[in-house]
Amino acid sequence: MSALLSLQNIWVEYGDKVVLEKVNLDIEAGSFVSIVGPSGAGKSSLLRVVLGQEVPTRGTLLLDGTPLTPECGPDRGVVFQRYSVFPHLSALKNVVFGLECAQAPFSARLFGTARQAARDEAIEMLKAVGLGDSLNLYPAQLSGGMQQRLAIAQALIKRPRILLLDEPFGALDPGIRADMHALITKLWRDYSLTIIMVTHDIREAFTLGTRVLALDKRRHDPHAPHRYGATAVYDLPVRRRIKTTTDEELLAEAASLQENEERMAHE
Amino acid sequence: MRWVNRHVGRRDSVLLGALPILLLVLLYVFMAAERHAANPMDKILPLPSGMAKGMAALLFQPDQLTGQLVFWADTLASLQRLGLGLGIATASALLIGLVLGVLPPVRAMFGPLVTAIAVIPPIALLPILFIALGLGETAKVALIVIGIAPVMVRDLAAHIADLPREQIVKAQTLGANSWQIMIRVALPQAMPRLIHAVRLSLGPAWVFLISAEAIASDVGLGYRIFLVRRYLSMDVIIPYVAWIALLAILMDVALVQISRRAFPWAHGAGH
Repeated sequence: MSALLSLQNIWVEYGDKVVLEKVNLDIEAGSFVSIVGPSGAGKSSLLRVVLGQEVPTRGTLLLDGTPLTPECGPDRGVVFQRYSVFPHLSALKNVVFGLECAQAPFSARLFGTARQAARDEAIEMLKAVGLGDSLNLYPAQLSGGMQQRLAIAQALIKRPRILLLDEPFGALDPGIRADMHALITKLWRDYSLTIIMVTHDIREAFTLGTRVLALDKRRHDPHAPHRYGATAVYDLPVRRRIKTTTDEELLAEAASLQENEERMAHE
Repeated sequence: MRWVNRHVGRRDSVLLGALPILLLVLLYVFMAAERHAANPMDKILPLPSGMAKGMAALLFQPDQLTGQLVFWADTLASLQRLGLGLGIATASALLIGLVLGVLPPVRAMFGPLVTAIAVIPPIALLPILFIALGLGETAKVALIVIGIAPVMVRDLAAHIADLPREQIVKAQTLGANSWQIMIRVALPQAMPRLIHAVRLSLGPAWVFLISAEAIASDVGLGYRIFLVRRYLSMDVIIPYVAWIALLAILMDVALVQISRRAFPWAHGAGH
């Protein structure tokens, strides 16, 4: 089986500064890849390259064997840590937006039955992420966790081939974070998603991922710290128990995670 | 208790706000009464009764030449010029600001031009406008537009360019093209800022209106003030200035209300 996404010899350089060097990766459909690494190791750069927001200095990016254009598109969805949702649109309209863009190129608005169909689809998606009661609230009226749920719903409505998460839960409380872990695992399973998640929380990386990549510099020149870039120094498969567990077990696990977090917070 | 922590309730803030204004009015009446006690014919500080008499002629008696009620004709003419100027400036600010803010190549090409136009003192252009457009309404409206539009364009373009990069990227991953990002992401978020820019431009707009009217006009609030100055008619000038202030305040309040009603998401969580 060939990989869904394939990175071949990717380099990212800013002038003299090498951020990523020789990154070779194959990502299988249906995998949940966590990317960890120290600050400045190019985690976010790698994500931006995959997203199309940044053009690699060298190397090619293949999605299903075809090279990707260096521009963002609906085949790759994204959830950032912040600013992922549109503040001027209600939750429902935030999600409908993706459908409107595809179906109404000029007005970017739908009318009549098409509008109703899009609304129904969006409402279903919002219910799936647990925002069924907040359809008409603006993002400013939602809590941080709810905003991230909205951002996820917004991305999933486009059925992206790959969902990219850039420290999506980094700004959330530990309790909320555990809820979000349960949610993203459930969505990953229900919608057969392929997910790449950047995180600085190693435990989160191992709990959620089926594969954990650690980015770091292989070589280091103390006189020229920027001379060498980072690459995947560890590539660990994680055996996921969660995939076969039921929702109840998942919730129990989330609860125990939360307890752990609280205990750690107390210590 | 520290002064920074003393919060004022709604009723108290109205009272406190009215106090200095009332004191100033009282001070004026007191000084006017003093001058009138010394010289009943004094024109420099007219008493309220004198102002009422001076204004009555302009408010209720048709002008002998034109047959119009002067005060209302002045108000109408000025508001028309101001409205046209503000309208044209706002529309062009929205259009140009949006394109400049969203599309980097357009910003690279026309940004410096807008900046160059914005740094020219508009009043210095007034002679050019009078020569090119004549002494009629067009030149006056054009002065207001040239005076306030570049600042509004720059403000709006900067605001749109400062929208979080994440939002623009997210819109693209949702399938939006440049046009859709412009009308669905940038335009709605620019509107509250545009109204804010109009509010800030009201002051300069009035300055340019009065200047244009003072130099060449035959009707208008600014024209009247500068006309009656020759006769030291403070009894007309002061009510006219107060009227202009009142109109400006009403416009400002109306704009705030429009923004609150139309864009509740931009005004905090209290909606």
